[in-house]
Amino acid sequence: MNYNWNWSIFMDLSPDGTGTYLDTLIRGACWTLGVSVVAWGLALLAGFVVGVLGTTRIAWVERLCRAWVELFRNVPLLVQMFLWYFVVPELLPASAGDFIKQSDPVLSTFWTAAVCLGLFTSARIAEQVRAGITSLPAGQAMAGTALGLTRWQVYRWVSLPATVRMIMPPLTSEALNLVKNSSVAFTIGLLEITGAARSMQEFSFQIFESFAAATVLYVLINIMIVFLMRRLEKSMQVPGFMGTAK
Amino acid sequence: MSDFDFAVIIDALPWLFAQGLVFTLKLTLLSTVLAVALGTALALMRLSVNRAVSWLAAGYVNLFRALPLILIIFWFYFLVPYIVGWVNGSGVPVPVGGFTSALITFTLFEAAYFCEIIRAGILAVPRGQTDAGYALGLNYAGVMRTIVLPQAFRNMTPVLLTQVIVLFQDTSLVYVLSLTDFLGAANIVAQRDGRLVEMFIFAALVYFVISYAASRLVRRLQARYGVARQG
Repeated sequence: MNYNWNWSIFMDLSPDGTGTYLDTLIRGACWTLGVSVVAWGLALLAGFVVGVLGTTRIAWVERLCRAWVELFRNVPLLVQMFLWYFVVPELLPASAGDFIKQSDPVLSTFWTAAVCLGLFTSARIAEQVRAGITSLPAGQAMAGTALGLTRWQVYRWVSLPATVRMIMPPLTSEALNLVKNSSVAFTIGLLEITGAARSMQEFSFQIFESFAAATVLYVLINIMIVFLMRRLEKSMQVPGFMGTAK
Repeated sequence: MSDFDFAVIIDALPWLFAQGLVFTLKLTLLSTVLAVALGTALALMRLSVNRAVSWLAAGYVNLFRALPLILIIFWFYFLVPYIVGWVNGSGVPVPVGGFTSALITFTLFEAAYFCEIIRAGILAVPRGQTDAGYALGLNYAGVMRTIVLPQAFRNMTPVLLTQVIVLFQDTSLVYVLSLTDFLGAANIVAQRDGRLVEMFIFAALVYFVISYAASRLVRRLQARYGVARQG
């Protein structure tokens, strides 16, 4: 292959005056992690709320939850990103829209991406939560009611603890998906890993070194998440309960 | 919101569909066919008794599933010209065009996902059927082609189709290569006319209608298949 490899390029100063290319990439990893963590918090919160509301047996509430899931699932993430970034500020009342447009562009990009990714992921988590609660034996909730628990208490002390343990594996893969999906934020200008690699490639012309570095960073973050989620899963296990390790 | 301009959308409609949507659908269908073929081969490799072969396939699948599609789109956009130049012996990168590059990328990427679906389908076919096939004197290829794969595909059809809907949505990411798929076309009109609100809402609507209708269809198919299998 007729390509000039230059692995020491990472130590060269990048022309944007913020340090070496390696610094650019590490800052990219921080943005990826940062936006993923914020989005993950939002996704868990909204996902559990929508998932639980989807099992309330109140027709219009359930239909609303269904609509939430279908809406976020059937529009490509990139289109959603553009809607949040270009369209939503225009539709808001003028004062709110102006506030977004006048705030620090880096921060507004970050929060836009976090909200977009968080709500996108929340639809997928809601589905897992709803399916988890529905799959529990009906007798459990009935037993809870018979013991005098209120509806909320049945969710809090009976259904949700079992569901959370049951959906840990799909939640892990959703967390991995979220990190991968955060690369879409690069299209609205967030310099996360893919964006950092792309800018390094454009400045240095060392295409394959840049993308190789990004690849390594994504694989490392993947391994880290799998490790953390396994630890969490183990620490939550109830002996003799389903899904307990052999 | 009061100055929402429907005329912008209507004027751009013929081009959006003839250029953009056709590109998107062509890319979706072609890469589905190629990726299912490659995915089947990978699934068979993963289930091979030969350790080296199964590790190779597993490594391929795990690597592709660990990386974001956008990064892989960039990788292949730059890599494919070098590979073509290397294969034809000239040693000089050969430009291959955006569509070809995207087609190669989506085929290789989605094959990793199809592989896992087809592998699950193969594993769900009872072992006794394979044994019976061998007992009848069929060889490996015969057993796979006439007994295992037809059932695996039949059982996995809803999951495979759902993955095709995901693929259809994912093709919008070719935007990063400035290709004129449906979203790319909508973006060009949006920038030209300064009508981002109208065009992006319209694009979202079109994607939603197609994906939602398709997923409803898959669900109906699933219900019918489920009944057929019990009979």
